[in-house]
Amino acid sequence: MDAAKTQNRTYLGLPVVRPKVAFFELSSCEGCQLQLINNEASLLDFLSLVTVVNFREAMTEKSDEYDIAFVEGSVTRADEIDRLTTIRKNAKVLVAFGSCACFGGVTQLKNRFKDPAWVKNQVYGSHPIETNDTARPLEDFVTVDLNIYGCPVKKEEVEKIVTHVVLGRSIIQPKYPVCMECKENENICLYDLGEPCLGPVTRGGCDSWCPNSRFGCWGCRGPAEDANIAQLKVIMKQYGFSEETLLDRLECFGGFAKDAEALRETMTKVK
Amino acid sequence: MIKSTRTIDIHHITRVEGHGNISITVKNGQLTEARWEVVETPRFFEAMLVGKKWENAPWISGRICGICSIGHTLASIRAVENAFGIVPDDQTAKLRLLLKHMETLQSHVLHLYFLAAPDFLNVGSVFPLINSHPDVVQRAAKIKQLANDLCDCVGGRRMHPTRTVVGGFTMLPEKKELVHFMERLNDIKNDLLETAGLFRSFVMPDFSRETEFVSLKGAGSYPFIGGDLISTDGVVKKEHEYALMTNEYLVEQSTSKWSRLSRPSFAVGALARLNNNFAFLNPLAKELSTSFGLKPVNHNPYMNNIAQLVECVHVVMDSLQLIDELLGMIWKKPRTPAIPKAGIGVGAVEVPRGILYHRYEFDDEGRIVRCDCVIPTSQNHANIQHDLTALAAQCAAQGKQDKEVELLAQMLVRSYDPCISCSVH
Repeated sequence: MDAAKTQNRTYLGLPVVRPKVAFFELSSCEGCQLQLINNEASLLDFLSLVTVVNFREAMTEKSDEYDIAFVEGSVTRADEIDRLTTIRKNAKVLVAFGSCACFGGVTQLKNRFKDPAWVKNQVYGSHPIETNDTARPLEDFVTVDLNIYGCPVKKEEVEKIVTHVVLGRSIIQPKYPVCMECKENENICLYDLGEPCLGPVTRGGCDSWCPNSRFGCWGCRGPAEDANIAQLKVIMKQYGFSEETLLDRLECFGGFAKDAEALRETMTKVK
Repeated sequence: MIKSTRTIDIHHITRVEGHGNISITVKNGQLTEARWEVVETPRFFEAMLVGKKWENAPWISGRICGICSIGHTLASIRAVENAFGIVPDDQTAKLRLLLKHMETLQSHVLHLYFLAAPDFLNVGSVFPLINSHPDVVQRAAKIKQLANDLCDCVGGRRMHPTRTVVGGFTMLPEKKELVHFMERLNDIKNDLLETAGLFRSFVMPDFSRETEFVSLKGAGSYPFIGGDLISTDGVVKKEHEYALMTNEYLVEQSTSKWSRLSRPSFAVGALARLNNNFAFLNPLAKELSTSFGLKPVNHNPYMNNIAQLVECVHVVMDSLQLIDELLGMIWKKPRTPAIPKAGIGVGAVEVPRGILYHRYEFDDEGRIVRCDCVIPTSQNHANIQHDLTALAAQCAAQGKQDKEVELLAQMLVRSYDPCISCSVH
């Protein structure tokens, strides 16, 4: 690849500026960043679109000057709020990168416990450890310009979104549910295979990634527009799945946090 | 000559997974202190799983790590299956091992090329190599892509896999896909030999510190999934006795727990596996290891890079064998149903960075009562600390310049290929 050529990239004959891009991680598995490196086939093309100035997992050089900041992970400790605030100041565009950043992801599973001291004690006993009582999404602390959903993020989708940002095209994310993509992929319905699935209520855009493997959706991308949770409850019951199974799925990634909390509330009452 | 007090501080060391700091203080040519600090935020996976049904365990705990999510998922599944008394059939065991091998390959190649090699080529990352060494980057991408594509094929997805479940798989790959992968695996052998050529041109730093190495104990083959545990100091334990091997404790300088066994520290990972199971390596891998002067017991932590390279060759050769065997079998249903019951299950799996343990205690409806995960990197932290102290003292005695010490210290930590967020989880 010729560096000089990529510096003078054009689109439809017009010069395209290579934005400076930075990657950061708060409380996370760093998997969403890794997804980009995992896209071997188009990684080099992708890198020619942008200038990566911060990517601690992959490079030693650092810079505070960047246009787009991708922030992975949720906020679980005070120092992460400071880091996030600084990133927000430096970045023109701040992207919540993956479900932990968008909704808290799996890290918010600790939020359901009423006693934060018990949570600490399970892992660290009486040893002092600094942590916030709850894991929170980025938007609870700073303005987020763009959400990229998924656990993990789908690399093709990330590249499409970044390309659109670079080219100044508008970004339209699907409002329809995973179910629609699953039908389009001509999969057998997971319910008919005896598996629970949140496909009917979860935002599409993943090309029904999990159902394609005959694995029911766990709602990692959060709710689709007008997600009908009440009807989902009916479907789950009709196919013989317990409320606990529904709760596990709604609760897993934080996108349905309110619905999960409400369901947990009624279930406790029943008990 | 070194005259006064000098401090080397590296905040958030780069090209490793997660957040760690190195701090070295030298006074009048003598080492005062060297510290390996882990500052990663804890996510409390062991608490968040409590009260959840068994089917949540592999799906959630796999998210401990983005690099070795397949290994975590398989360790979790094994722990659940051991608790419920499920023994995977030959077909499932072979497919799981094939999947495991491809995670090992993609992770080792990621580490060798993207994280370790830049130090030897005097650059800050793999990115400048795209222009200066395009053949190197393309080769890395080619091997990684094969490994990841085969992970997709068997596990449904290269990260946070979708087909791996308690009892087997949700669905199976097509045999013709595996035939195609056999061709690609055969083709990649040459790329691995070229990788060996590249690493032969690098000089591994001259540093050794005698320590203990812990891994699974091979029984007829180089071990990856389940079995007895062994250390180079002669300790042997059963899988369910893992806690006697890990002896976790808390220290002030780390949000990750530390471990010890017969000495103040021990090491896990590719070098530990090789030191304990050299005899079980594929002949080609063994030959490569010997050509690098890597034989058991090797105490140079930088040689973990070479041990990873040797394992790349081993897993590719073994995967060819596995696919050959799988193609010769009549395939059964992908999955046997799980019947939950009360009990305790432990799963030990060799993931790229070393031995990983998951342990769950279930109530009679299969809800998790207690959970424990012991991560390879957390077992390595104490060993990294002791190595760092010895390395810094050696450097101070040799009167090395700050820049050189800084680089050697970072290369030392990178040699362990630490997965820090994983270690804190």
